[in-house]
Amino acid sequence: MTAAPLTRPTRAGRMTALLAATLCGLVIIATGMGFIPIAPGDVLGTLWDCLRGATESLDPLTQSVILEVRLPRILTATSVGFGLAVAGTVFQGLLLNPLADPFTLGVSSGAAFGAALALLLGLNLFGSTTIFILAFMGATVTLFTVIAMSGRDGELSPTNLILSGVIVSAILSAGLSFIKYLADERVSVIVFWLMGSFVSRTGNDALLTAATGLLGFAICMYFARDLNLMSLGSRSAKSLGVNIKQVRLTLLLTASLVSAVCVSVSGIIGFVGLIIPHLMRLLVGPDNRWLLPASGLGGAILLLVADTLTRAVLPHEVPIGVLTALIGGPVFCWIFSRTRSGRRHG
Amino acid sequence: MDRVTCKIRGLEFGYGNIQVLHGIDMTFRPGRFHAIVGPNGSGKSTLLDLLSGLKEPDQGSVEINGEPVAGLYPARLACLVALVPQEFDFNFPFSVREAVLMGRHPHIPRFSRPTENDMAHVRQAMEATSTNRLADRVLAELSGGEKQRTMLARALAQDTPALLLDEPTSSMDIRHALMAMAELKRLAQEENRTIIAVLHDLNLAAGFCDHIVMLNQGRIFAQGDPIETLTTETIHDVFAVHADIITTENDLHISYGIKELP
Repeated sequence: MTAAPLTRPTRAGRMTALLAATLCGLVIIATGMGFIPIAPGDVLGTLWDCLRGATESLDPLTQSVILEVRLPRILTATSVGFGLAVAGTVFQGLLLNPLADPFTLGVSSGAAFGAALALLLGLNLFGSTTIFILAFMGATVTLFTVIAMSGRDGELSPTNLILSGVIVSAILSAGLSFIKYLADERVSVIVFWLMGSFVSRTGNDALLTAATGLLGFAICMYFARDLNLMSLGSRSAKSLGVNIKQVRLTLLLTASLVSAVCVSVSGIIGFVGLIIPHLMRLLVGPDNRWLLPASGLGGAILLLVADTLTRAVLPHEVPIGVLTALIGGPVFCWIFSRTRSGRRHG
Repeated sequence: MDRVTCKIRGLEFGYGNIQVLHGIDMTFRPGRFHAIVGPNGSGKSTLLDLLSGLKEPDQGSVEINGEPVAGLYPARLACLVALVPQEFDFNFPFSVREAVLMGRHPHIPRFSRPTENDMAHVRQAMEATSTNRLADRVLAELSGGEKQRTMLARALAQDTPALLLDEPTSSMDIRHALMAMAELKRLAQEENRTIIAVLHDLNLAAGFCDHIVMLNQGRIFAQGDPIETLTTETIHDVFAVHADIITTENDLHISYGIKELP
């Protein structure tokens, strides 16, 4: 009886460790795949030599392919997957809705609108980071609009948040269509960006996304237990000593920041933030202390596999947003019918 | 364990233009099982929200041991008062044991594991509500009464000197309802806790509680012993039904006149 409550965490712990190991293995394998195949052993050797600083002995071509071409893209893809899945987990817990994700609040649409505006106007105020800055501004302005719309008496009701998010998203997507209409010959750039892609990501992109993702993850983990309590209803969480307003605002801002950075780096990649938390709940249970790391790792694995497929396996590069939607859509349908039939029996 | 006395003085509360509670003055003392009764919309649940700090009074004060509830830190308040609301969200597949363990949240420091003492409280709470056999079941799959027992267990595991309960037995079968009420009465009498429950079943209130507060249209209509408070007249005035009160040596039973409904 005493040991019983610990069974789930240990199982969850094993699962999380397994996911982490899988991710590491996949990163090595994916780095070796591409136009110039490199054996996993050589990838490891090169990375080890670079870490030691012994770069003289290396083949400069291999080194440049690994470090300058493939790793930045691979690390960006994994970081974006990690960030989107963590943000999705947090939104689902906060909005008490297993169907919530970064898109539900309009955050992704806001970021996309900002980025499309930058592309339309050919803005170049801040050099290459212009798109990122506008995407981030778009996401933040959207988030605060949605919060302002849904919190009249200082309490943010989950239903109001989702409704406001849907309304604001609808307006933004109309705005996006208008931008595309205005864009004329530039429309292909915008459309391609919106479909999501990791083509020619730099080390800076990888660093920015990874840093934001990990920082956001740390903040969410700090509040993981409060999030558990809040997922059984905010009144009962408050009576257990959770400072609802503070925790909700902090987590909303954190998850939105993470999603905004992901969208600005990669365009719109749907379904990761929605499906991964669901699948991980089946593996590690609903406790956010395990669900958050497991989801992050699961999201990273999914986007890494999807990106490697389009980069190195498929004959033509398919935008990754399209690929995740094609894989994710059916999985989502399956989850949806599964939860609905579960409810009926309950 | 601390003892908790809740004092309400000159309380006024409303939602927008709708005044819900008027001039409420009352004291809830440790060692007693208080029942709040009254018709739908008489302000019972709002009163519990004010006592648990979920809402702040427009005028007047709600104090716990002399301190205004609104001024207490949530974490401190959670060590003094536990609340069992009427409604919960069951969107995520937490097990019964996990849900009951959540009651220990105010006592477990961040990033710490539950201690043997925490687990002992969880076990005790699950025994008292006979939820042991449900321990590994998922909350969403339970029946209404089983969910209610789990949430009562969670509040018991919170181990606070005061317990606020909003219709805690409304979905339970008779046996479990009587067991839950008996446990609450024991906590008041043997452990000097302050138990405050909103109840619809006047017979349960009469059978287990020693102080009844009868609310009507946001005001206190009557309060005191069950025998003083639950009379044919008060029940007629507040609920608009005919009731016969049958008193035996140490028992009070209310029988409603079903045929006499207007």
